[in-house]
Amino acid sequence: MNTTTAGMVFVATLAVALIATYRPLGDYMARVYTSTHHSRVERALYRVGGIDPDADQTWGTYLRSVLAFSGVSVLFLYLFLRVQHWHLFGHPYAVPQMSAHQSFNTAASFVTNTNWQSYSGESALGYVVQMAGLAVQNFLSAAVGMAVVIALVRGFARHRTDRLGNFWVDLTRTCLRILLPITALAAVVLVAGGAVQNFHGYRPVTGLAGGSQSLPGGPVASQEVIKELGTNGGGFFNANSAHPFENPTVWTNWLEIYLILAIGFSLPRTFGRLVGDKRQGLAIVAVMGLLIVGSAVLAETGQAVHHGTVPVAVGAATEGTETRLGVPDSAAFATATTMTSTGAVDSAHDSYTSLGGAVTLLDMMFGEIAPGGTGSGLYGILVLAVLSVFVAGLMVGRTPEYLGKKIAGREVKLASLYLLTTPTLVLVGTALAMALPGERAAMANAGPHGLSEVLYAFTSAANNNGSAFAGLAVNTAWYNTALGVVMLLGRLLPMIFVLGLAGSLARQRAVPASAGTLPTHRLQFVGLLTGVTLIVVALTYFPALALGPLAEGLH
Amino acid sequence: MSTTTLDNTPVGPGAPEPSAAAEGPRRVPGGLLDPKQMLRSLPDAVTKLNPATLYKNPVMFIVEIGSVCTTVLAIRDHTSFAIQIAVWLWLTVIAANLAEAVAEGRGKAQAEALRRAKTDTIARRVVDWTPAAAAGQLREEPVPAPQLAQGDVVICAAGELIPGDGDVIDGIAAVDESAITGESAPVIRESGGDRSSVTGGTKVLSDQIIVKITQRPGESFIDRMIALVEGASRQKTPNEIALNILLASLTIIFLLAVATLQPLAIFSKAQQPGIPDSASLTSQGVTGIVLVALLVCLIPTTIGALLSAIGIAGMDRLVQRNVLAMSGRAVEAAGDVNTLLLDKTGTITLGNRQASEFVSVGGVPAQELAQVTQLSSLSDETPEGRSIVVLAKERYGLRQPGPGELTHARFVAFSAQTRMSGVDLPAAGGAVRQVRKGAAGSVSGWVRERGGEVPAEMGQVVDGISAAGGTPLVVAEAAGGTARVLGVIHLKDVVKVGMRERFDELRAMGIRTVMITGDNPLTARAIAEEAGVDDFLAEATPEDKMALIRREQAGGKLVAMTGDGTNDAPALAQADVGVAMNSGTSAAKEAGNMVDLDSNPTKLIEIVEIGKQLLITRGSLTTFSIANDVAKYFAIIPAMFAGVYGGLDTLNVMRLHSPQSAILSAVIFNALVIVALIPLALRGARYTPSSASQMLRRNLYVYGLGGLIAPFVGIKLIDLIVQFLPGIR
Repeated sequence: MNTTTAGMVFVATLAVALIATYRPLGDYMARVYTSTHHSRVERALYRVGGIDPDADQTWGTYLRSVLAFSGVSVLFLYLFLRVQHWHLFGHPYAVPQMSAHQSFNTAASFVTNTNWQSYSGESALGYVVQMAGLAVQNFLSAAVGMAVVIALVRGFARHRTDRLGNFWVDLTRTCLRILLPITALAAVVLVAGGAVQNFHGYRPVTGLAGGSQSLPGGPVASQEVIKELGTNGGGFFNANSAHPFENPTVWTNWLEIYLILAIGFSLPRTFGRLVGDKRQGLAIVAVMGLLIVGSAVLAETGQAVHHGTVPVAVGAATEGTETRLGVPDSAAFATATTMTSTGAVDSAHDSYTSLGGAVTLLDMMFGEIAPGGTGSGLYGILVLAVLSVFVAGLMVGRTPEYLGKKIAGREVKLASLYLLTTPTLVLVGTALAMALPGERAAMANAGPHGLSEVLYAFTSAANNNGSAFAGLAVNTAWYNTALGVVMLLGRLLPMIFVLGLAGSLARQRAVPASAGTLPTHRLQFVGLLTGVTLIVVALTYFPALALGPLAEGLH
Repeated sequence: MSTTTLDNTPVGPGAPEPSAAAEGPRRVPGGLLDPKQMLRSLPDAVTKLNPATLYKNPVMFIVEIGSVCTTVLAIRDHTSFAIQIAVWLWLTVIAANLAEAVAEGRGKAQAEALRRAKTDTIARRVVDWTPAAAAGQLREEPVPAPQLAQGDVVICAAGELIPGDGDVIDGIAAVDESAITGESAPVIRESGGDRSSVTGGTKVLSDQIIVKITQRPGESFIDRMIALVEGASRQKTPNEIALNILLASLTIIFLLAVATLQPLAIFSKAQQPGIPDSASLTSQGVTGIVLVALLVCLIPTTIGALLSAIGIAGMDRLVQRNVLAMSGRAVEAAGDVNTLLLDKTGTITLGNRQASEFVSVGGVPAQELAQVTQLSSLSDETPEGRSIVVLAKERYGLRQPGPGELTHARFVAFSAQTRMSGVDLPAAGGAVRQVRKGAAGSVSGWVRERGGEVPAEMGQVVDGISAAGGTPLVVAEAAGGTARVLGVIHLKDVVKVGMRERFDELRAMGIRTVMITGDNPLTARAIAEEAGVDDFLAEATPEDKMALIRREQAGGKLVAMTGDGTNDAPALAQADVGVAMNSGTSAAKEAGNMVDLDSNPTKLIEIVEIGKQLLITRGSLTTFSIANDVAKYFAIIPAMFAGVYGGLDTLNVMRLHSPQSAILSAVIFNALVIVALIPLALRGARYTPSSASQMLRRNLYVYGLGGLIAPFVGIKLIDLIVQFLPGIR
């Protein structure tokens, strides 16, 4: 079996596995969010937190809960990172103190589900902060995204109410009933596949060639699964999923991609169940599928069809890819990690061909919607659906409606604000960095590739992805602060608009569907939503892309 | 239930509406547009350049700022390229203003005509009006019409203008309302009932009426009409506001995309020190002219330019059909309507029931029945009675007896007690031959009283006709001491031609039709089935109507209805679209949000179609405008940067002549497309009533795909010409 066939089998089996997961996981999540039962552990937690689990929140209260929780999380993680070098935490190896700006950047990064890392995990961090600080946020930040999207779905499903559910209950259930069980199970599988799980610190090892080296250990497997499942992406090691202790074999690579996509692709089912029309979920997942398949094909093509002596000789651009995994599997991972807000990498996107690299950049520019981050992906695509319905709905001669809810001024305003946020952060951030002579110097490469690196950094931060085009020295006070702020705004502003939208939708009464209503479950709508997404992204980023990867890649 | 016994061809008076079914799917046409109007509106378009008014349209305001900037730069640089860009940007703004000016122009003309009707008159105000006062004893004083207050009572005699809106409280008069309706035939206005309202500015032609003024000073119907057609009171509708928000957001995105491009461009230029400066890119970055050109091409200027014209033109299309909408919101709501409440009489059926057949009973020859029936109806001047005579003539060849032939006949008029009418004729031997027709029960009783038998067959026929939704009238005769039943007249409602097809179209668009009638449920059901409405409300009282509207609205539906009576007013107010007939009471006109000056209830369907047309036009042009941007990028980006990165010339898929010609061509296309679309914006997008899915597919192809492709072709064509202009390299 040659690499191309192997790659196709790899992608095809992934698709089959995800399709098989769609129903059971989606239905299970729907049950989690609609159940009236509180488990004993949950009740204990609610008692400790002083939470009335049966109290419904308005969108304002829900939002304040989200913001307060995120704020406390950033503060806690920041302080934790500032003191994590203390001997109190019993490090097996010497851990340096983390600078204030890097601590802020890292705290913002992990709370916003971005997991942008301007440090190397194996040298800069101790095990305690990795486990009790970062891994905890890997769970919580993913759960916050899920809670917010469930509130939005409730906005569609409920009528004439100002109540959207209880954030604390949604958060707790997501962690305890969805993320923890899957993580526990998959971590065992990953250990069986060769990922490490220990507290060794560095061990001297003699290699096959007789040379000796010092290899780090650590509680890796337990953190690895939630890194993928929660679309976080922050690697235990600097090399992330390219490190053999995180991602030992081709099949663990497969498993990691599967975990990245599993929740994102199953949530539309949950959405369909909760709004009482499973076909609506199917239409949304079809758009996600179309976009990610298109992107995967582009990425593979970008890597396979490129000029240059070495790529032509090997049949694909192998630079920056792990030989254990091969080009097609690496490209598949790259697609999955950039089309979700994961940002874990098993190859260096910076070293991809300019067009292959452009695809990873473009993937993030889609706004992480196909399937996007846990929760955030679905709310992103639903906001785009609202805008698509608005324009298309007018064309059928009615005030547009989506799922029986009228899309009027307030809805369009909130959806537009959502749509504005990320491009503003990306473009203004990039332009600022390019305008400041000091920050331009952080580029390792000149010309359009250097520009791509900066563009990639801000795109990654604003979209809460976290992957990086290496080559940009980002551990500076300016980049740590700027990217930290961009990550926080890129995460929290959209949540504000989404919850506002949810509140506005929930207040409405349902408009009954008729033959005059734009159907949103048909192939026609799938095509429309895909087209709108493509055009909006293309129009927003075309000039910047032209001066970066396109200038580099077109000859 | 079977309607096979019904004769479906309409008989008698009442011209059938033109059939729509014959020519395949009907398209909703656009409005009218006079090309000369565009020329006439040019001065207005230039006046509208005033930033104090233009700022209300943010997209075009940005274009104007851009025009000013490029003009300054063109004066400084003095290059042919810069001058041409500046000129075309100004033309872009003027094109947008022109669209609005043309749309408003038509309204202005109408307002002028109305103002002429509003010549101030001196009113004859009655002092201390009491209903008991006799006409001669009224004390009156002259008051200028604008000073009349609500509740004042005035006298209007023949030849005088009515000084203000009000209700007739005494008298009856023929009134010429052509100033408002354009209809020259006078109408009758009388106190009491549903024809009591009069409008200020109309003229009394005969007699004298006493009118109680209901308007507040300066808020007369004509005042409001003038404000409406002029667009002075025009407020943005909710949907327009929503669309404006979207357009503003897109504008901000493109503003950002263009503004943030500058540092990137400076960096890129600095990376290639060997490359000389060009008209678009220098070491200071992209030149101001090109940056503005890119921005103007990207922001949604097409829809931004036409948006307000579309709204004004939509209202105007209603005015052309003699419908006055009190707000643009109502027009939009009309497009959203889920349920149409249609009055049976006058809307679905011709005004009156008509005889469709004579069914004989007990072996009476058909010809004899027809003859007797004709006799019974000769003096019956009701439309039903006349239709019986017509049927006897048309189907049985019975001519109407001339004057003098029935000199000794004594006609018996219908009375509520007897519920019969007929005629007594002198027969041979001094006897009297009595002919009666009427309700089955009354006639049966009449026959039995005179010793006649009522055959069981008659009961069956009567039941059959009732079951089919018709009205049975039994015909009997008494001569020589015995009475007998001859047969039954079948009166039925005649459904207007083409209504079934109309209702099918409405159903395809997801609109449910409900027929409102005072008939009993049996009759109502039969007519509902024949007309093809979705539902009916029989024996409807105003309360029932109100309850139905509330019920529909509780389910999230929007309801439209027509009405004219005072008791319709609450329902008209409750309905989302309430169309009052101009002939109706002022209470009804006050309650509804539209007034039909022709008082034609069928027009409700047209109103819905116009509402939809307005939204379709808006959505389609938005789609077209956004889709256009793709081609403009392919024209301008390579023109800006191919000098620095040669590979970007691959993006110049149109193979445009030079960077300058490419940018200029994109700007010219952007301006011309606005002018080209003015007719579409003003007339409204034509469409075939069909399901949402079908309409979307068609409009996506035409405006989405068309919007993608058209500028590629257009820009290329313009480039072929522009490259020969002086100063364009």
